[in-house]
Amino acid sequence: MSKKNSEYLINRKDNQYEVVIGLEVHAQVLSESKLFSTSATKFGAEPNTQVSLVDAAFPGMLPVINEFCVKQAIKTGIGLNAKINKRSVFDRKNYFYADLPQGYQISQFKDPIVGEGKVILDMPNGQKEVGIERLHLEQDAGKSIHDLDPQNTFVDLNRSGVALMEIVSKPDLRSPDEVNAYIKKLRSIMRYLGTCDGNMQEGSLRADVNVSVRPKGSKEFGTRCEIKNVNSIKFMQLAIEYEANRQVDLIEEGKTIDQETRLFDTKKNETRSMRSKEDAHDYRYFPDPDLLPLEVSEKFIEELKNDIPELPDDKKKRFIEEFKLSPYEANILVSDIDTAKYFEEVVAKMGKNKDIKLAVNWITGELFAVLNSKALEISQSPVSAKNFAILINLIKNGTISGKIAKTVFELMIDGDIDPQKIVEEKGLKQQSDPKALEALIDKIINDNREKAIEYKQGKEKLFGFFVGQAMKASGGKANPQLINEILKKKL
Amino acid sequence: MSDITKQSLTELVENIKNKKLSSTDVTKAFIDRSEKSEELNAYITNDFTSALDKAKKFDQKPNLNLKLPGIPMAVKDLFCTKDIKTTAGSKILNNFVPTYESTVTENIWNEGAILLGKLNCDEFAMGSSNETSFFGNVQSPIDKNLVPGGSSGGSASAVAGQLTPVTIGTDTGGSIRQPASFTGIVGLKPTYGSCSRYGIVAFASSLDQAGPMAQNVKDCALLHEVISSYDSKDSTSIDFKRNHYSKELTNNIKGKKIGIPKEYRVDGMPKEIEDLWQKGIQYVKDCGAETIDISLPNTSYALPTYYIVAPAEASSNLARYDGVKYGFRAKGENLIDMYEKTRSEGFGAEVQRRIMIGTYVLSSGYYDAYYLKAQKVRKLIKNDFDEAYKKVDAILTPSTPSSAFKIGEKTNDPVSMYLNDIFTVPVNLAGLPGISIPAGHDSKGYPLGLQIIGKAFDEQNILNIAYAMEEKINFKNKITDWWIK
Amino acid sequence: MSIDLKTIKHISKLARISVDEQRAEKLAGDLNSIFKFIEKLNELKTDNVEPLTSIAETTLKLRSDEVKSKNIREQIIKNSPQDNEDYFVVPKVIE
Repeated sequence: MSKKNSEYLINRKDNQYEVVIGLEVHAQVLSESKLFSTSATKFGAEPNTQVSLVDAAFPGMLPVINEFCVKQAIKTGIGLNAKINKRSVFDRKNYFYADLPQGYQISQFKDPIVGEGKVILDMPNGQKEVGIERLHLEQDAGKSIHDLDPQNTFVDLNRSGVALMEIVSKPDLRSPDEVNAYIKKLRSIMRYLGTCDGNMQEGSLRADVNVSVRPKGSKEFGTRCEIKNVNSIKFMQLAIEYEANRQVDLIEEGKTIDQETRLFDTKKNETRSMRSKEDAHDYRYFPDPDLLPLEVSEKFIEELKNDIPELPDDKKKRFIEEFKLSPYEANILVSDIDTAKYFEEVVAKMGKNKDIKLAVNWITGELFAVLNSKALEISQSPVSAKNFAILINLIKNGTISGKIAKTVFELMIDGDIDPQKIVEEKGLKQQSDPKALEALIDKIINDNREKAIEYKQGKEKLFGFFVGQAMKASGGKANPQLINEILKKKL
Repeated sequence: MSDITKQSLTELVENIKNKKLSSTDVTKAFIDRSEKSEELNAYITNDFTSALDKAKKFDQKPNLNLKLPGIPMAVKDLFCTKDIKTTAGSKILNNFVPTYESTVTENIWNEGAILLGKLNCDEFAMGSSNETSFFGNVQSPIDKNLVPGGSSGGSASAVAGQLTPVTIGTDTGGSIRQPASFTGIVGLKPTYGSCSRYGIVAFASSLDQAGPMAQNVKDCALLHEVISSYDSKDSTSIDFKRNHYSKELTNNIKGKKIGIPKEYRVDGMPKEIEDLWQKGIQYVKDCGAETIDISLPNTSYALPTYYIVAPAEASSNLARYDGVKYGFRAKGENLIDMYEKTRSEGFGAEVQRRIMIGTYVLSSGYYDAYYLKAQKVRKLIKNDFDEAYKKVDAILTPSTPSSAFKIGEKTNDPVSMYLNDIFTVPVNLAGLPGISIPAGHDSKGYPLGLQIIGKAFDEQNILNIAYAMEEKINFKNKITDWWIK
Repeated sequence: MSIDLKTIKHISKLARISVDEQRAEKLAGDLNSIFKFIEKLNELKTDNVEPLTSIAETTLKLRSDEVKSKNIREQIIKNSPQDNEDYFVVPKVIE
């Protein structure tokens, strides 16, 4: 649990305020076809080319549910340690909008498919548990485009009917950092499960953020505002900061906070009221009579449970135990499934005589740096796990030095070349022949007689000079450990 | 040739199969009569030219193994028909041409039938007299200025007036059985889930069912056999073993137990109706069945329940008619203005009234008091039938509390109009099959119908009872062709 | 219970049907008589009754995750009131 001194508080004159945050995350289900229709879900298609008669709500068209989406939701529920409801009901949420062709969204209101669960966050000060209120399945809406024409709005229904999971947290989050950790954890779990790709740029993961503030120590919740449809973690954090401060200012001025829906303006970094009150929505939820209650058997759920891969929390535990990694290192490796996959493949390919610490350092150091500079995901790494493992082994068994390894690594990037080939072709193999090195060092001492004398007289700093000269003379290939030993002896 | 249109579906099929008639003969005859019958206003859209082409094509290469070989047929304009305008009787769909076919009509064409045209109906099937159609009243072939009933008024008029050998309607609260009763024909509302709702313009999803309307019970059974199918495109379609209803049709109903529910003896019911019912009871007894007095205690709550459930579902089902994707659009300053004008100008008064009722009963603060309450009462009504069916095989009631009324007689009093469906609505609420058969005439010579309600999926049984009674009743519809000059 | 003009206006907003004063008054009258008739349900005690959720005596069938509907943009847009080959077009949305 977080320590006092790291609490996120908003300070005003004599008062301190705590921020209370709950999130409604909309995660697009990874599936080929839509929740209630058979059109495709691919991102980036030409407008209105992935729209069926059902998606565009033609007269007489009816929804038929996609089994895979149901499974995805249940799997996610299992990943969130949540209760799976064997009976759930689809409701209609009625409202008019240009990109909502049916005039209602099919969602789950009273009886969601997944009930309460929890997620563990690794915060710098320890672990924090965040409660999950529920997860339900619903349809996405289409897209209204307002800037293609001065008089008109254009509507693209490609997204209309795509399956979403709405994951509602309890109001357990207390700071923008926790929100960051929570979103990343959810994303991580869903990517492990393969239920959502978590791609925020493409809108696969968005959130409505509920923010309220209360005097520090207070047990009651303040009036909350909902910030709609924020599509990046950074914006969520900025929106929370702005909104919390706005609310605190209102309290300090003795004003009241209106419970309302607000919008985050990403240009001005501020939230603003979205709808006037007289237009307050009344969604008139009722069970969709075109669908029956969704019933799943114990067996159905059990089969899905057996299908759940090792999730980040368990993987982290195993990495710590099996590979003796620090929790910090383990966290870095497990948080993204592709990193974990890469790491595990490297470990497997390194064979018996492996140096896991070295591999971890190289992954989090050199590899991450290259990926960063090239803006690549680890799944697109220019160096395969196999060649990466060979490189680590080359260092480990003394074939090349760490320094040469960096040179080799840079050469590997261009075309995923086998490091052994590079070492051979470029003659980068480490010199570990004591006789050859002795001859080399004798020559250096001879050429620098004065410095050698100075060293012997006590100017120990000069040792480094000799090491450097020796390495230089060997073209960097000399085994540094041997150089050290021989120099000590000779000098 | 003049008697072709007087033939039953069964006779026409037989004559085509025996090559006594060609599809072209039959199609021509019904087109001719339809063209002479404009005054009935039964059609919204006709497709006569291409119907004749299709008939000729059929005759060139007749497939006589089909159940409806080359039979021309007009259908209610609530069924979406590919490339043929489908309006649901509404201005808001006045220009809508589907690119797809409803499952029920697809089934019909697959058995060799040919589309004659689209038949008039109450707007979005909301009405009991066909007076809410944007395309005007339908006249009953029974008498001038008489309503044919509704909402499948055009369908009833077309069958009774011999403009089509048989047809299909839809029934949400009585929309097949009530017009069948008013026009002296047979109409079956199947068990909920028996006929696919795919491609039928929705009114109230949990109540809507398509069903056959015909001159006689056998025709009705044959058409039902064609349209009833399991359809994976409709999540409420039920996968059960369907009979060959026409082949298995029998008038042997000996030993069947028929329930007579005392609650259907409502206040103010004309004596003619009561007498008709008594006659019906005698007929089934004459057929060797046994009648048993039963109670359906919550019957009087059915209509109020219906007028919550149906409008609630309709208010949501009709939200898609917003001027964005298809249909009528009024000019608006902005999106919301466009919506409000489109829906105000595009929907007629009755549809607007029901949308308003439905919106209200679902709105915040009223849901529990109305919608939830109605769903509970609906459960009680269903329980009533479940209880009754422990003792009886079917239930016999009048189809309607009165005979047909004059056009305009009830338009200003929605509640009295709604009361027309008092005997038919409980059947929809419980999802059961019900059939109306003509059983006599009132003092004015207008037809009166009796309703047989069955257990779920037991269409064969009520068809058999209807078939046996039909023989005893020997009803003759009094069609004077008054509209043909 | 009585449904007043304010309620009619509110419902018509929710239903997105514009209603002028005259229509509103007619509707208020109609709805009041209909609801008077509906109020009959209050006679029934239903506290312990489970609401009926579906009349179809079957369970929800699940379909497999296959893309069957291909690009039918032309069909989808064909019936739309304003001509555009790629999009549905509506008057500007004002928030």
